[in-house]
Amino acid sequence: MALMLRNARVLDPQIDLDDVCDVLIRDGRIVEVGHGLDLPKGVERDLTGKIVVPGLVDIHVHLRDPGQEQKEDIASGTRAAARGGFTTVACMPNTSPTIDNAQVVSYVRSRADEVGKCRVAVVGSCTQGLKGEVLSEMGGMVEAGACAFTDDGRGVQDSGMMRRVMDYARQFDRVVMSHCQDEGLVGAGQVNEGAASTRLGLLGWPAAGEEIQIARDIAVCRLTGCPLHVQHLSTARGLEMVREAKAEGLPVTCEVTPHHLFLTEDAIGQDYDANFKVNPPLRTDEDRCALIEGVADGTVDCIVTDHAPHCAFEKDREFERAPFGMIGLETSLSLVITNLVKPGVIDWNRLVELMAVNPRRIIRAERVAIEAGCTADLTVIDPCEEWTVEKGGFLSKSSNSAFIGVHLVGRATDTYVGGYATLEEGAIVE
Amino acid sequence: MSFPHKHLIDLSEYSADDISLILDVAERFREVNERRIKKVPTLKGFTVVNMFNEPSTRTRSSFEIAEKRLSCDTLNFGGSSTSTVKGESLLDTVRTLCSYKIDLIVVRDKHAGVPHQVARASGVHVIDAGDGKHQHPTQALLDLYTIRKRFGSIEGLTVGIVGDIGHSRVCGSLIPALKTMGAKVVVVGPPTLMPARPDLLGADEVRFSLDEALPQLDVVYMLRIQRERLEGAPFPSLREYNRLFGLTREREHLLRPDAIVCHPGPINRGVELDDYMADHVERSAILDQVYAGVLVRMASLYLLLGGNEHGADA
Repeated sequence: MALMLRNARVLDPQIDLDDVCDVLIRDGRIVEVGHGLDLPKGVERDLTGKIVVPGLVDIHVHLRDPGQEQKEDIASGTRAAARGGFTTVACMPNTSPTIDNAQVVSYVRSRADEVGKCRVAVVGSCTQGLKGEVLSEMGGMVEAGACAFTDDGRGVQDSGMMRRVMDYARQFDRVVMSHCQDEGLVGAGQVNEGAASTRLGLLGWPAAGEEIQIARDIAVCRLTGCPLHVQHLSTARGLEMVREAKAEGLPVTCEVTPHHLFLTEDAIGQDYDANFKVNPPLRTDEDRCALIEGVADGTVDCIVTDHAPHCAFEKDREFERAPFGMIGLETSLSLVITNLVKPGVIDWNRLVELMAVNPRRIIRAERVAIEAGCTADLTVIDPCEEWTVEKGGFLSKSSNSAFIGVHLVGRATDTYVGGYATLEEGAIVE
Repeated sequence: MSFPHKHLIDLSEYSADDISLILDVAERFREVNERRIKKVPTLKGFTVVNMFNEPSTRTRSSFEIAEKRLSCDTLNFGGSSTSTVKGESLLDTVRTLCSYKIDLIVVRDKHAGVPHQVARASGVHVIDAGDGKHQHPTQALLDLYTIRKRFGSIEGLTVGIVGDIGHSRVCGSLIPALKTMGAKVVVVGPPTLMPARPDLLGADEVRFSLDEALPQLDVVYMLRIQRERLEGAPFPSLREYNRLFGLTREREHLLRPDAIVCHPGPINRGVELDDYMADHVERSAILDQVYAGVLVRMASLYLLLGGNEHGADA
């Protein structure tokens, strides 16, 4: 069946496209892009005033499935993703059991095929059980479809082990994503070391705990040649090291989250609201401004959510006992539009690079451009829709967001995965 | 004038007048504590819950005595021995307690911020009896009371706090309160025991040498080395700590003639203080501090539960 998207502003920096025109889709692929296209038979959508971009991709998501389905599962997590405008998410392997072998990769992929509302790319672990001791069966996982490797949530502590991980991964054309946290330096740190740790009487998580591992991983990247992707970068100095590595020509990429871009340690108040407890922690305003500069100047490759659902009862407790993480799939795009695109810090093209083009490249996903022949993974954005984040409004099973009550402008209204709508006019298509 | 605070949690929200009022009321309660029958009916009919979720001897007994001398009904509630062991969350425990129609919760917890959370979940008055490494406001008040009693005023004094500044909830309350009352604060200790930003707590000076700091101090406040919290070994040995930061007889010549020695207790004799300094008849104010604990806790309970500056003469 054919689908015609009419009158939207169609935008794709990969092919220098920015034009109000029509997009014709048939059998899951884009057939034609142009003005006044004919559609003898099929469905027409009038998208006047909307923006159509290549489907958004979030390469740092915790779907919690298998094992922690009370927080999230593949059905709920992919619905949250579709609501947020994403057509693909990459899920992290710190599930129970760990995604460290082909069977678990296959489980996630087949479950996503059954109940998912977006594509799910599976990131396998670097080491078995995330213990940092024995390599995971990367070859088997690649055959089963794993798109990258990481020990996210912990990081590989031993430098020799990290070297083995990157050396071994090099044969598969996959990036190693690194959660940069030196456990010796960070210890039981709860919030950024400095003003927040002093004010709140909590153990500090120093910026150096991240910087030291970014420096190490760049050195191991240079040693092995394995592509390195630095996850949820939160520090100004860490970003500077990535900038230098790129200038040197090393295969290094990095990501930042909306919460590190738009919140600082000062947001953690006397109420000790654990929804502000994330790992790495919210940093200083200088760090935040440096990250925004990196987003604007191209040092930052992508914006990811680190969507980390936790049950209300797990967060509504003593700050030190609450788990790290916040959800983000349903607010990420709107936060970026509101805080970066609307004020003119970045333009729409850059948003598409950060949230669609670059993340796809990093997880070795098929290129999606808005031109004939490409898979019809598309996101439709209403740049003017105004909405307020509400605790009861999430499709995620969890509501641990630090942005509840925040007023945002711009939102995804429709998402198409392989030509099929998963979100239409703001509602999930079941 | 009615007391402008519902809770006693964050002393940095208290003005110099608020703190002075508590100390004045504590002074009036001193008279009650000097009587043969040390009890007044002032808070009869109020129910106070002592929720001590981590071990405490002196703070807990001091609160209990203060409550009993004011005729409160009290309920002692040890978190570790009761519902939390059965898996109940702290906040559910608080909500359960509040269903008994209580008036005030005194809370001690090993996690920072819990008193704020208890205040929000309960709606009743809350006194922070120490939360993690964060704050301990009644300890600060009894220290201020003791210092004021000795010197007549706190303003203009130089107070040196020596030891584990970074992991001390006493400092979290005492330093801001000393600043509010016009004192100068010098913190002394090895860098491994300093918080990331001592300046944000209010410290005017940070010193790594006790010998250099001592001559300017009116009050030498020795913190307890909390052996149970020293994971990560921030100094090589107790012997070396004592050599560098212990207040000993050998260091007495560096003290000003009228300088006093305080300690929040319990003392590790031979570590932060030697017997000579701990028991020094003129200088040691340590037992005065313990006594002041009852007085300022009586005053805090009384003011939070609606008393005014005059009623304490009862």
